[in-house]
Amino acid sequence: MSDALLSLENIRTDIAQYHILKGVSFSVPRGQVTMLLGRNGVGKTTSLRTIMGLWQAKEGTLTFDGADITGAPISARARAGIGFVPEDMGIFGDLSVEENMVLAATNGMPDPARLEWLFSAFPALRTFWKSQAGALSGGQKQMLSIARAMIEDRKLYLIDEPTKGLAPAIISTMVGALRTLKQQGATVLMVEQNFSVAKALGDQAVVMDDGVVVWTGAMAELAESSALQERLMGLSMEAH
Amino acid sequence: MLTRLISGDTPRSPVLAALLGAILVALMFAPFLFPGVRALDTAATICIFILLVASYDLLLGYTGIVSFAHTMFFGMGAYGVALASIHMGRSYEALITGTVLGAAAAALFALVIALFSLRVRAIFFAMITLAVASAMAVLVSQLFQITGGEDGLTYRIPRELTPAFRLGEIFDTRINGRILNYYLVFFSCLMLFLLLLRVVNSPFGRVLQAIRENEFRAQAIGYKVVLYRTTATCLSAAMAALAGSLYAIWLRYVGPDTTLSFEIMLDVLLMVVIGGMGTLYGAVLGSVIFVLAHNYLQNLMGAGAEMFQNIPILPDLINPDRWLLWLGVLFVLSVYFFPTGIVGRLRANR
Repeated sequence: MSDALLSLENIRTDIAQYHILKGVSFSVPRGQVTMLLGRNGVGKTTSLRTIMGLWQAKEGTLTFDGADITGAPISARARAGIGFVPEDMGIFGDLSVEENMVLAATNGMPDPARLEWLFSAFPALRTFWKSQAGALSGGQKQMLSIARAMIEDRKLYLIDEPTKGLAPAIISTMVGALRTLKQQGATVLMVEQNFSVAKALGDQAVVMDDGVVVWTGAMAELAESSALQERLMGLSMEAH
Repeated sequence: MLTRLISGDTPRSPVLAALLGAILVALMFAPFLFPGVRALDTAATICIFILLVASYDLLLGYTGIVSFAHTMFFGMGAYGVALASIHMGRSYEALITGTVLGAAAAALFALVIALFSLRVRAIFFAMITLAVASAMAVLVSQLFQITGGEDGLTYRIPRELTPAFRLGEIFDTRINGRILNYYLVFFSCLMLFLLLLRVVNSPFGRVLQAIRENEFRAQAIGYKVVLYRTTATCLSAAMAALAGSLYAIWLRYVGPDTTLSFEIMLDVLLMVVIGGMGTLYGAVLGSVIFVLAHNYLQNLMGAGAEMFQNIPILPDLINPDRWLLWLGVLFVLSVYFFPTGIVGRLRANR
């Protein structure tokens, strides 16, 4: 296994009086796609938000690229190289598609070659380049959200349910783009409910239940074992 | 060329473009088109309020920060010019020194307030600005020996900017220092407004809009929200102070009622809402409508009451003494029919 880019050690996160993460520990290997799996409400999104700093960990240690980022502000984590695609897409609806993309480029000027690649992966972005982002369809907003995170090379991409609520054709576009990202050697930690997408993209899998990690291993191993899926997530491979 | 001048922020509505063009022409040639002291005073007030309201919109409309201290910064600029003119004597140096020091003091004050309150929730900033502005108004009122207290200060400005200075005649209009003073106000406001347009349409302005929409999202793509908000607050305060300085140069008098009162703060808020938040052109329309209504609604109602004196009830309803009531009704109607402001509505209808 490659060395870890990101490590969570005994992370506990509370939201109001609720204990959501109850001691989460796992690592994200460099250059691989790690799928964060589990049933609804087990703490997957909270884990991503805690890594990004949107929720503060009450206990535990977050190590990113060798540095302790447990108490770092959100913007510092982003500038350290973490790109975040939230579940609600996180685009700026009042701004144009172009402005959304330009905002995410560190020096305010996206690399033309990179932009061309994103246009080929998500052709709708070129079509609606000058349009207000808030007027895009759900699928287009998701494409914009992912493209915005990819506008520059990030050390780590945190992607929360990129295919949620999307039409099959758009899911296929999305998976194609993420597969290209994977082939470029990107490190990704992704929450995904669609098991076939998780299977297609994932190298590693981390399964959570009730705020803790219950299994970690190779995605292929999980995909091959219906019994394991049934035991860990209450689903069977045949269903997908 | 023109698009570049307005930083690419085109009106995006033919009606809006026509209105803005008409306002620009009317203000540019106001001394020739609308003779009389009152008309010129109204035109100068409109210019100054366009700048003041636009600077407030940078804060409220573009950054999503509610401040109640904007007139305090406006007053700092005005008192800066007044105090410098009194202590340095009648000179351009006094005007420049007062303007620069007023703007610097406003920016510094805004920095201190922002550093204390912008790290926490935005509502605390609003509360702190309210408290500080009230304290400042009381302080100005009580420091009689320095500020003139409730009576305010009168001072002399360079003779070339006063009615006593006569230059000749153009198109049957006597050109005097008052008209030169008007053009000083007009061109200063125009240049500062164009500068504000440049700011809101720059990458910095886009980040402000992103922060207004969702500060956490903006942070998650790497922006230091507090830094951007603080910068916007200081810039907005400095612009308000510059508007205050121009007002002081125009009026040759400053007092708590003309520059620091909470009533002006409410007027500014109304102008932003009527014109449309998050668009500087809204400041133009809001200021023009509000200042015109403020200055002429009473007269209009008086004429109307006289015209309909034979009809029962109507003359009482439009009695000039009730002008504030009708101003309130105008505001309610404009918010009801134009919830996104006049500019928002015009742009939606293009």
